[in-house]
Amino acid sequence: MKKISIGALAVSSTLLSPIAAYAETEVHFWHAFTGRLGELVAAQVEDFNTSQDKYTVVQSHKGNYSETLNAGIAAFRAGEQPQILMVFEVGTATMMAAKGATRPVYEVMAASGAEFDQDAYIGAVKGYYTSTDGDMLSLPFNASTPVLWVNRDAFKAAGVDPDTDLSTWQNVDKTLTALKAGGSDCPLVTAWQSWIHLENFSAYHDVPFASKDNGFSGLDTELQVNGDAQIAHLTAMGQWAKDGKFIYTGRRNEGGANFRAGECALFTESSAGYAGIKSEAKFAFDVRPLPYWEGVGNAPQNTIIGGASLWVMEGHEEEEYKGAGEFLSYLSSSDVQAKWHQDTGYLPITAEASAATKASGFYEENVGTEVAVIQMTAKAPTANSNGLRLGSFDQIRGIIDEELEAIWSGDKSAKDAMDSVVTRGNPLLRRFEQANR
Amino acid sequence: MEKRVFFKGWLLPLLLIAPQILVSAVFFFYPAGQAVWQSLFIPDPFGLSMQYVGLGNFKYLLSDPYYRASFFTTGLFSILVTLVSMIPALFLAIVADRLIKGAGTYRTMLIWPYAVAPAIAGVLWLFMFNTRVGVVSWYLGNLGYDWNHVLNGSEAMGLVVVSSAWGRISYNFLFFFAALQSVPKSIVDAAAIDGARFWRRFWTIVLPLLSPTTFFLLVVNVVYAFFETFGVIHTITSGGPQQSTTILVYKVFADGFVGQDLGSSAAQSVILLVVVGALTVFQFKYIERRVHY
Repeated sequence: MKKISIGALAVSSTLLSPIAAYAETEVHFWHAFTGRLGELVAAQVEDFNTSQDKYTVVQSHKGNYSETLNAGIAAFRAGEQPQILMVFEVGTATMMAAKGATRPVYEVMAASGAEFDQDAYIGAVKGYYTSTDGDMLSLPFNASTPVLWVNRDAFKAAGVDPDTDLSTWQNVDKTLTALKAGGSDCPLVTAWQSWIHLENFSAYHDVPFASKDNGFSGLDTELQVNGDAQIAHLTAMGQWAKDGKFIYTGRRNEGGANFRAGECALFTESSAGYAGIKSEAKFAFDVRPLPYWEGVGNAPQNTIIGGASLWVMEGHEEEEYKGAGEFLSYLSSSDVQAKWHQDTGYLPITAEASAATKASGFYEENVGTEVAVIQMTAKAPTANSNGLRLGSFDQIRGIIDEELEAIWSGDKSAKDAMDSVVTRGNPLLRRFEQANR
Repeated sequence: MEKRVFFKGWLLPLLLIAPQILVSAVFFFYPAGQAVWQSLFIPDPFGLSMQYVGLGNFKYLLSDPYYRASFFTTGLFSILVTLVSMIPALFLAIVADRLIKGAGTYRTMLIWPYAVAPAIAGVLWLFMFNTRVGVVSWYLGNLGYDWNHVLNGSEAMGLVVVSSAWGRISYNFLFFFAALQSVPKSIVDAAAIDGARFWRRFWTIVLPLLSPTTFFLLVVNVVYAFFETFGVIHTITSGGPQQSTTILVYKVFADGFVGQDLGSSAAQSVILLVVVGALTVFQFKYIERRVHY
């Protein structure tokens, strides 16, 4: 009896599953999300698959951002690339230069007949992934921007008013001194130092990060991170590090653990840190806009995004591209976006999703979640605040990390360190230019 | 005089070595050849186009002061790993050799760490020395020492050296222990009767007899430090702070797989190939001469 039932099961499963698989066109989607974000992506895919019966999206996790990009590149060389690949913002220039490996999203959308209006996307988000002709090359998926997280309890413990004005670095400077005097061991900590304190810093103060409009208007771009504004900021931070007011914890988001454990008073981190901080922090916190130096550049301009976009890879059947188009269209629909924004703290990518979130009363219930949206969209982006489009940028960030560490440890002055970034980084830009000639 | 033995026929010997040749060809000669070929180009990551640059990649690398500094870092790292993994191993082997009771248990436990993969060893040590929650850094903090390998290059180097050497102590211990067992007891006993104390016996009899093993381990450990410590570096420091733990192998990875600069990465592999070739020649010349079979 037992044997028979197992046999029946085997027969039925071999009979049923191929039918289900062949009836629908498979679209493979490689991404870099684990944990809570991984679950949310899986839910989106599941929802899309059940909403129609023509296409099946198969999602797989391929490691962190760098590893996912590498997996995609290696797969392309082997002819096994997925239809949709998640690439972090740093890899954008690499993908844009790889004509023949990718199919622009606007073309995919036009061919699939799916609903697609480029103007519906928020400018500051879309700008990062749009060609100079205004065509969207990849679909923004998860976009965030840096904000200032405040541990209100730590302020009170140090005898500092948690509602004090923290909009400028001048005020933050005074506050850090007061926090330190009040006994705080960790007044300020940061995540993603290059992204926040150089890339976003430059955009926010409307000063160039690199020539040629930060690389948007040509591969022959050169780094300009050794400008006066950047050096002044890093000099101040180096002094804070020396005085024990700024605690350095690592190149990625290691500082998040310190902040969520309640050890640090201030934390500069992505707005997408919201999910983690909300679930772990056992203290009162709030979100403030990223501070700026009063009187430097045109601050506050707008901050730029971090995160990833979805690229469609070349070398597949037309039917599969239709499926990819349908899926991307589903992902940018207002309901899906609004839910994603509210669950994760990532920015909504369409104005409609932003309005829907506002109308739902989410911002009133979750105070501070709107800060990032306002900070990004309050002003129209300039040539300095559209984003960055630099080749070998992951590697250049590595150089920036090294040189920033030299500042924090007191080995180099901010000027020497940033001059060194320029002399070390420019040859990488030249090699990228040569590789993509 | 060397003895040589000849066999008749050539088909059987050829068949017998064919699998080894095939494996070498597929897993060594083909990829190595590809690396040499690629090192002459600057390709784009997707393999869509290539720019021939001749020896440009090598010129670019050797004119980069950070690449040259990486040689020094690698040398320092290798010497430290070798010393830290060999000296305690020799000490433990001597102590275990003198044990009468429970020697088997000690031996087994001393060999255990060898079973831990480098990347996992890296994570274990990183946990102990984590600047925020690490047990060791907490005790150091209580003693008034502010451990911070995230910013202090020497501390980072110390940590990756210890993490890399730790599992290696077991490996070296095995070889030293076996070598100690083969030291003829009669010579040691004769010296003892003549009145030589332990250290004198060790320096004048045991250590010289261990020299073939020591030389073998020296070279093998240097090669290990050069090529197999990637996992430790990747998990603990990623080459930082600044470039204080960026060894050559790590740079191949960082430039090739983070930077997508395959030309430079291939050129670095070729340079490493030359380095390991030189090391192997050195190994054969030295060990062949010193080892008495």
